[in-house]
Amino acid sequence: MQIFVNERPCEYPEGMTLFSLRGEKKPDADLLIINGYPANQDQLLKEADRVVLIRRGEQPSAEELEALMMARHTPGVHKKVKGSCVGIAGVGGLGSNIAIALARVGIGQLILADFDLVEPSNLNRQQYFIDQIGLPKVVALQENLRRINPGVRVQVHHLKITAENISDLFSQVDVMVEAFDAAEQKAMLTSNFLQRFPSVPLVAASGMAGYESSNSIQTRKVAGHLYLCGDGVTSAEPGRGLMAPRVGIAAHHQANAVLRLLLGEEPS
Amino acid sequence: MQLIINGKARDFPTTFSVAELLNQLGLTCGRVVVELNRNILAADHHSTTPLKNGDSLELIQFVGGG
Repeated sequence: MQIFVNERPCEYPEGMTLFSLRGEKKPDADLLIINGYPANQDQLLKEADRVVLIRRGEQPSAEELEALMMARHTPGVHKKVKGSCVGIAGVGGLGSNIAIALARVGIGQLILADFDLVEPSNLNRQQYFIDQIGLPKVVALQENLRRINPGVRVQVHHLKITAENISDLFSQVDVMVEAFDAAEQKAMLTSNFLQRFPSVPLVAASGMAGYESSNSIQTRKVAGHLYLCGDGVTSAEPGRGLMAPRVGIAAHHQANAVLRLLLGEEPS
Repeated sequence: MQLIINGKARDFPTTFSVAELLNQLGLTCGRVVVELNRNILAADHHSTTPLKNGDSLELIQFVGGG
């Protein structure tokens, strides 16, 4: 029977157990993951099982890293998303969180565009660090993504996205993400992208300010290929700010909508 | 004229453009994405696109924050 060990196919006779496989392949492994779930007890292996053997604290080789990183994924997910490309317009509170979630899930390619620099008021919700203040956000995020998953190809554009450059920047994406702050920019990107690429799904966000209930944030299909995450109403305005928890919830709604679209599922 | 707006039928006494409809509904043109009969309508066509009886619109209003 065929078993996948650290994502490599291996042939074993029937009756092979998890612990005997460890003894043969990596006796010092102290974390055994089978089909996406850690195993504490020995068990019989069966055809097409996926086993990952990890020695805690050990730095894996570059070629082994990918298989080990994806060990806790639902089996089959990583292979499907590895060949896909996602565009993100704006890498502030939404975009930086979405990019990190998608890098951790092992998306093949990300195209990021943003004109802004990292400044201190970003650090309450955006995935940057104090020593990155002053850097273009796309440059800082590219470095952070490399430290998380060097297997993701990250293309960055430090510029202002306009109706004119959308087609050039994002012509090759499988799914597009709107992750701006200003309402006018959100509408501009959404309207122009869907007009130019009517068959490419777009995941946008609206309404995630303040500290209202988490449960009012939803993912909805609102038009042809347009999905909208958020509560739809709570805007950032004087007296109501933007903070990590709720912006993060909306961002991860968007990231999961992207993942579902790439896996052929309806996001809402 | 009857329009289907976000899935609900609404009657209007006169005909007008998309921009005038947005105005009547109190929506800000630059913050709304308009889908007219399943096609996205460019923002610079809002004021020059007349609506007719039976048109179906999805109006997606964005609020700020991100």
